[in-house]
Amino acid sequence: MGTLLQSTTTAPGRFGPYGGRYVPETLMVPLFELERAYELAKADVSFQGQFHYLLKNFAGRPTPLQFAWRLTEKLGGPRIYLKREDLLHTGAHKINNAIGQGLLAVKMGKPRIIAETGAGQHGVASATVAAHLGLECVVYMGTEDMARQALNVARMRMLGAQVVGVDSGSRTLKDAINEAMRDWVTNVRSTHYLLGSVLGAHPYPLMVRDFQAVIGREAREQILAAEKRLPTHLFACVGGGSNSIGLFYEFLRDASVKMIGIEAGGRGGQLGEHAARLAAHQGFTGARPGVLQGTYTYVLQNEDGQIATTHSISAGLDYPAIGPEHAWLADQRRVEYFAVSDQAALDAARLLSRTEGIIPALESAHAIAGLVERLPKLSKNDFVILNLSGRGDKDMDTYSRLL
Amino acid sequence: MKKRIYERFKALREAGELGIVAYITAGDPSRDATLKFVLTLAAAGADVIELGVPFSDPLADGPTIQRASERALKSGTTLAGVLDLVSRIRLSSQVPLVLFSYYNPILQMGLEKFASTAEAAGADGVLATDLTPEESADYRRILGAHHLSTIFLGAPTSTNERLAKIAACSSGFLYLISRTGVTGAKDALPDDLPALLRRARAVTQLPLAVGFGISLPGHVSVLGGLADAAVVGSALVSEIEKATKSGASASAIDAAASALSEKVRVLKQAARHGLSRRAEGPGSFFGKVAP
Repeated sequence: MGTLLQSTTTAPGRFGPYGGRYVPETLMVPLFELERAYELAKADVSFQGQFHYLLKNFAGRPTPLQFAWRLTEKLGGPRIYLKREDLLHTGAHKINNAIGQGLLAVKMGKPRIIAETGAGQHGVASATVAAHLGLECVVYMGTEDMARQALNVARMRMLGAQVVGVDSGSRTLKDAINEAMRDWVTNVRSTHYLLGSVLGAHPYPLMVRDFQAVIGREAREQILAAEKRLPTHLFACVGGGSNSIGLFYEFLRDASVKMIGIEAGGRGGQLGEHAARLAAHQGFTGARPGVLQGTYTYVLQNEDGQIATTHSISAGLDYPAIGPEHAWLADQRRVEYFAVSDQAALDAARLLSRTEGIIPALESAHAIAGLVERLPKLSKNDFVILNLSGRGDKDMDTYSRLL
Repeated sequence: MKKRIYERFKALREAGELGIVAYITAGDPSRDATLKFVLTLAAAGADVIELGVPFSDPLADGPTIQRASERALKSGTTLAGVLDLVSRIRLSSQVPLVLFSYYNPILQMGLEKFASTAEAAGADGVLATDLTPEESADYRRILGAHHLSTIFLGAPTSTNERLAKIAACSSGFLYLISRTGVTGAKDALPDDLPALLRRARAVTQLPLAVGFGISLPGHVSVLGGLADAAVVGSALVSEIEKATKSGASASAIDAAASALSEKVRVLKQAARHGLSRRAEGPGSFFGKVAP
């Protein structure tokens, strides 16, 4: 990494002022152990060999970088490439990180993994890896999300995982993480917490990013082969931020590459109606730096420091905090963030389905909506890579109600 | 005023008696009720009161305190409101008061404003559940400057080196978590608790309070020989929940107060008649000048 745009800075586990480790004491030594195990694994040839073997032969990497010619023609702007993470086993990029952490759990001798899930994609990926590696798996999921992502609940159960419904708070991702952390703090000696995004206490934001960075490494090679030059823009949706940082990370030192993260604008700018943490410039209110679930980052909250409820049609983006590295990239203006509405995401899902024959996940549909909204500022000479992070099977209930 | 905590533990140690630290969530079901509960607990013999600041995402708490936090938030309780409550308690009681909070509400108020307001209100110490020594340099400096004890948690998973570090950052007392897990009443104390207490005693002369899962007189008796105080939380909070189940009428609040009083009286009795006084650690903490 070059110095100017270096992302990981200052103290270990910090991205500028963001990140850190804000957890109950019981979890501190386990976090140190995880950090040490991860550092060793990074340099361990056999671990890396297993990781890459499974990425290739189990998950289906590398994923294609597809030129979306009909979408390009239809929008009449820049050339658009789709990074097809939706084609991975289990249907989203989440499997990359689940394989990495699953192997790490085995290496640490933990027979049991727990996970939180919003859209269910991380839960399915965790259940899949647990089955493949012979680990016990418990997935925490808000009951609101269980209702809207019923297909994924069934998949997890089919894979032998126990899905525990969480009925507190807004019954979504945030509450599932609280419950997963309560389980972890109780069973920490036998259990690895397979956190699904670049959130939580150090080393999670860094480790999950590293496991997802394969997206950008592949995309960089593929685009250089196809176009003989770097893209002008990258687009990705941002919930916690793992698919976006996975795509962006390899390009951070390329100053010519503009990066755009798309958040969930929900139904409007009022606190409670959206999940946009870095879009105050668009009138989305309530985000300030604070501490939630282990990390210091931008958090949607009220004046008293109580965490706000959020809304998004997309369960995977419906979360009040953003990964600490994104907070730092936003402060430095290295990545630009803005939000699109529920409706724009639905329109974009239909657009992609009918122009390219790809039904995107609602999360990824936000990235497409972001591209559509940004179109007036893009020229025909630009060309973009958009991370199509997941497929839309799980969202068919929502989509079919709108047809 | 950390001196109140120090003096209380000194008196307990001189009497060879285990202290009872009583936790309740502030604002559950209302701040007026909490005022009454605190005075009742103090009168019944609670040695230190921990006032829980409700938080929307209490990830270190079990179901009992989660529900209490929800009730308190519903009644409009904020950190500023809890600090105001502290000053109201101070009009009629000198019982040592510790604020038990998650870090974010404190951070959002601002460390300086929080510390100066808490000091002026008459709080004695602060414990932030999700704050560890590593992230707490500013917090300790600013709270220390306002004469507030900074109490940190030690856990069964903490190594001896960490226990020493945690103790070095703590003042007032060291709070040891009896088991890996969240808050909540349990039947039995874990087998490795005496070992944890011994490990802590080897690295600090601070008074040792043990919490998480303590609810019964039997627990308190066992701790008599080992610790300086037992923290009782969920067991008290569930008395409040039971009594106010069908509404927070004046008579329901009275009933809750009587139940709390009875509970603390019984625990205090067990503390007095427990095993003989604990062994002194290396040197004596209480021989020194008050902090």
